[in-house]
Amino acid sequence: MTTKLMGTGVQRVEDQRFLRGLGRYADDVAVDASTLHCAVLRSPHAHARIVDIDVADVLDVDGVHAVWTYDDLTGPMADPLPLLIPHPALTHGRTQYALAKDEVNYMGEAIAFVVADDRYVAEDAVGRIKVTYDVLPPVVGIAAARAADRLVHDDVPGNVGARMEQNTGDVEAALAAAPHRLTLDLDVERSACMPLEGRGTVARWDPDIDRLQVWTSTQTSTGVRAVVAVKLGLDLRQVDVITPDVGGGFGVKINHPWPEELLVPLAARTLGRTVKFTEDRREHFISSAHERGQVQHIEVGFDDDGRLLALDVMFWHDHGAYTPYGLIVPIITSTQLLGPYKPDVYRVVFESLYTNTVMVTPYRGAGRPQGCYAMERTMDAIAAELGKDRTEVRATNFIQPDEFPFEQGLVFQDGRELTYDSGDYPASLEKIKALIGWDDFPAYRAEMAAQGRRVGIGLACYVEGTGVGPYEGAHVHVETSGKVKVATGLTTQGQGHATVFAQLVADELGCRFEDVEVVTGDTRRMPYAVGTFASRAAVMSGSAIHLAARKAKQKALTIAAEALEASPDDLQIVDGVVSVKGSPGSAIDLGTVAVLSNPLRYAFDEASKAATQFTVGDASKPPVAEDEEPGLEGTDFYSPERSTFASGMHAVIVETDPLTAEITVLKYAVVHDCGKLINPTIVEGQIHGGVAQGVGGALYERMVYDESGQLLNASFMDFLMPYVTEVPDGIDIDHLETPSPLNPLGIKGAGEAGVIPSAAVFASAIEDAEGLPITAMPISPSDLFHLRLAHAEETS
Amino acid sequence: MKPAPFDYVRPGSLADALAALSDDPGAKVLAGGQSLVPLLSMRLAAPSTLVDINGLPGLDGVEVTDDGVRVGALARHADVLAHDEAARVQPLLRLALSHVAHPTIRNRGTTVGSIVHADAAAEMPVVLTLLGGSVEVAGPSGTRTVPADELYVGPLESSLAHDEIATSAFFPALAPGARVAFAEIARRHGDYALVGAAALVEGGTVRVGYVSVNDVPVVVDLTGVPVEQMADAALAQLEPAGDIHATADYRAQLVRVLTERVVREATADE
Ligand SMILES: Cc1cc2nc3c(=O)[nH]c(=O)nc-3n(C[C@H](O)[C@H](O)[C@H](O)COP(=O)(O)OP(=O)(O)OC[C@H]3O[C@@H](n4cnc5c(N)ncnc54)[C@H](O)[C@@H]3O)c2cc1C
Repeated sequence: MTTKLMGTGVQRVEDQRFLRGLGRYADDVAVDASTLHCAVLRSPHAHARIVDIDVADVLDVDGVHAVWTYDDLTGPMADPLPLLIPHPALTHGRTQYALAKDEVNYMGEAIAFVVADDRYVAEDAVGRIKVTYDVLPPVVGIAAARAADRLVHDDVPGNVGARMEQNTGDVEAALAAAPHRLTLDLDVERSACMPLEGRGTVARWDPDIDRLQVWTSTQTSTGVRAVVAVKLGLDLRQVDVITPDVGGGFGVKINHPWPEELLVPLAARTLGRTVKFTEDRREHFISSAHERGQVQHIEVGFDDDGRLLALDVMFWHDHGAYTPYGLIVPIITSTQLLGPYKPDVYRVVFESLYTNTVMVTPYRGAGRPQGCYAMERTMDAIAAELGKDRTEVRATNFIQPDEFPFEQGLVFQDGRELTYDSGDYPASLEKIKALIGWDDFPAYRAEMAAQGRRVGIGLACYVEGTGVGPYEGAHVHVETSGKVKVATGLTTQGQGHATVFAQLVADELGCRFEDVEVVTGDTRRMPYAVGTFASRAAVMSGSAIHLAARKAKQKALTIAAEALEASPDDLQIVDGVVSVKGSPGSAIDLGTVAVLSNPLRYAFDEASKAATQFTVGDASKPPVAEDEEPGLEGTDFYSPERSTFASGMHAVIVETDPLTAEITVLKYAVVHDCGKLINPTIVEGQIHGGVAQGVGGALYERMVYDESGQLLNASFMDFLMPYVTEVPDGIDIDHLETPSPLNPLGIKGAGEAGVIPSAAVFASAIEDAEGLPITAMPISPSDLFHLRLAHAEETS
Repeated sequence: MKPAPFDYVRPGSLADALAALSDDPGAKVLAGGQSLVPLLSMRLAAPSTLVDINGLPGLDGVEVTDDGVRVGALARHADVLAHDEAARVQPLLRLALSHVAHPTIRNRGTTVGSIVHADAAAEMPVVLTLLGGSVEVAGPSGTRTVPADELYVGPLESSLAHDEIATSAFFPALAPGARVAFAEIARRHGDYALVGAAALVEGGTVRVGYVSVNDVPVVVDLTGVPVEQMADAALAQLEPAGDIHATADYRAQLVRVLTERVVREATADE
């Protein structure tokens, strides 16, 4: 037998292409001069009524082909964009129109769409559109939304889109009975996914075949396909959506359809030309999506050991101007907040609030970073209150390895019970303590203090529900050349799917890894799919691919058994060759099996001669057996009953400068348990990226809105995404592998984990270094400087 | 983010370049483009003509004499930074330039372009002012020398006329026995400074220049002030402002820290 590839750090097959600049993104599609380009007029105001739009001057601009405003939209295009995930608690869901109708609710909202020879001309034309606004006072920030002196939408009282409560018992009684109680008020600000490739869509209408082809930078090609068909009044079979290489998604590209994802196909169909939209950076800041902004109020009751007797959480979630993605983010915060712990009683209430700012949809972690922050700040506060080590309080509250499956008594984002499938939190804690040097830290702190340096250590734990349903599918096709073509419908944004999925196919089918080619996110190849989000690709498509490869293998064995006159049980497939175990001379390669699987009437080359109906099979039986299909293929779907729960712990040592309040990362450690590892190198890459993004979210990035709702830092000059010089030099990683019982491979998701505990772990470490409470994240040196001043004043 | 339409000329002589500027009151000089092109792309500037001076002969040199360093208008930040002789004659050049942006930007951006762009957040205008340097300017009626203290008239505004081209900048050599130091604090490596400070200690005088503090490059004379009182003395003459990255109070704190840091470094026993 060849060695299994599962669990080995196979080099990514994608990287040669990416590193040589051969990646092909949406903007690289249809680069010929005949392609038309678009620009969008966006609202300069956070809140205004549109009195008049005058486009008279636009069509005079040389090179302009068309301009659309709301009044030009008809049929389903004139309806609001879909509310993708309705929820009973979302009593006041609102979505925008493809082009604003009567009112704009955030700076950046699309108002008019211009199609021209090139983007320069399109922007010139946008500059000539005259809009008369009746400017309204905006609602900016959670405090203003709660105060509700002004409303974002006239028909949404109190700016409350949703109010939702879950509880596992009588929290008030449990709080009253607890020997110790604490209250915390916490804040997390907005950031955003900020993929280096923004949004992008290209569409081409082909009248010869009555078909629309759309290339779009999305995390769900099947979702875009369905909505484009509905909005343009086309049959599903008339629409293909192809996802080219995607230069990062991180969540923002799961929301769909973006206005341009409909307007570009509409323009292509109307004008009969290929049309392209490539979002620029400023547009990404002001018209895509943000996340993270929450205000949290926590009351906790605990015993002398720090055991959680009652946890009562209320939080306010800023969802911006619209709610296309429903309540996914706050529901995740409210449920995943519990992490690896098991409070006796938990109640969580949230309000999801409208503000006149860019809408909020999931960003890597999708509400978990905020939940982790609330829980871990609480753990640190309990430890401080009791004078106990922070790791001890956490260990006291862990769900134990023998308690799985563990029911938290809540309903998760997928509408299913929140049931953890497996995990080993005490083992993770031991590993993280060893990695970061937790027990040696007091000595290190003293040593640094002697040099006048100030250091602190922090720890944060999380549990992440990954691999949510409903399903994914896969198609595995062995060609007569022996090459294996694999298609799965979810999309890829650089994670390395072409590598890990090929590993799974090579292992299960027995072909050579090099012979496998994986295609993702192309509705022509796999029309049934959901998308890439919630750390689900490996779990969902990985499992489906494994099952589909198994089907192809079974078929190969059946056909080969007949050809080799052996029992299928005596056969093996190694390196693409089927042979009788123990008699290597009796062998047939998979390509030939593929030839045999498809009896031909017509021969066209030497190989196909062997497959004509006169040479293949038993002449007394039908050429294709009953219950069989021609071709060496396997298709299968994987649909789990519920999510699988990965977990992990991060620890960091930071240094804070006593004079300048600069914050430096000295050491960063991660212990991660995503069940069975398919490819440890790729998992570590996901962790590195997540930690880098987390450092950004904790120490650098924020969305600075002024009171009029202008986003003041909508560029890479003032939105401080960390450079390589700002992320930790090295990240110490250790893995734990607690298999999931829910899927055939025992795997759990790994995509988002790296970013979940950042706000929590940095707050913990900075608090430890400074000896003053950290309640608001992110934190800048300027913020820390002012916290010191305020603390000095309070304590003097 | 595409520029509004503009004409583009790339003259081969200084005379042609000056003529092109005189011909069009909306024309602008294009040097390394590292400040101008982003402004064009964001449509914050819309010149009718770009006069690209990159084809002009003889402007890309860095000449070093005992008197100082003359940097031609087409010498890139990277050329000056890498110039060992320049660093020997005036060490502050290298100390400051290593904080200017990132290598890719230093490879295109010119030091003279930075100086005439007159950004108070840029390092080299402060360096020129602190050292008492000057800029050589060519215009329709000949050339003139503009001393640094007459160069900066307001935020992002130099005293160059629209139809003038700076052909070089001159940084005086460090006098024997004189010392310099430079330090800055930025949010990220290579970003514009939250605050930067450059010290020149020369024959009993102590002067400190500040980056990103006032809205123009500023130098404060701290001669005779005890080191521990220098920060307050400096702040009395400065107007640190708040922005989205730092409050005014935090900037003042950085002025304190950096003033002491650069002065101590420039006066420490060697
Ligand atoms: C990401 C980034 C980070 C940066 N960080 C820093 C930093 O930390 N510190 C810093 O100091 N700078 C920084 N810069 C700016 C950089 O230093 C620029 O190179 C410099 O400011 C301008 O030089 P340039 O040759 O590119 O000028 P251009 O962009 O070509 O021109 C700038 C302006 O000066 C005028 N001009 C240029 N040359 C002449 C001349 N010879 N005569 C008359 N007018 C002229 C132009 O008309 C224009 O108005 C950064 C730039 C970027 C893009």
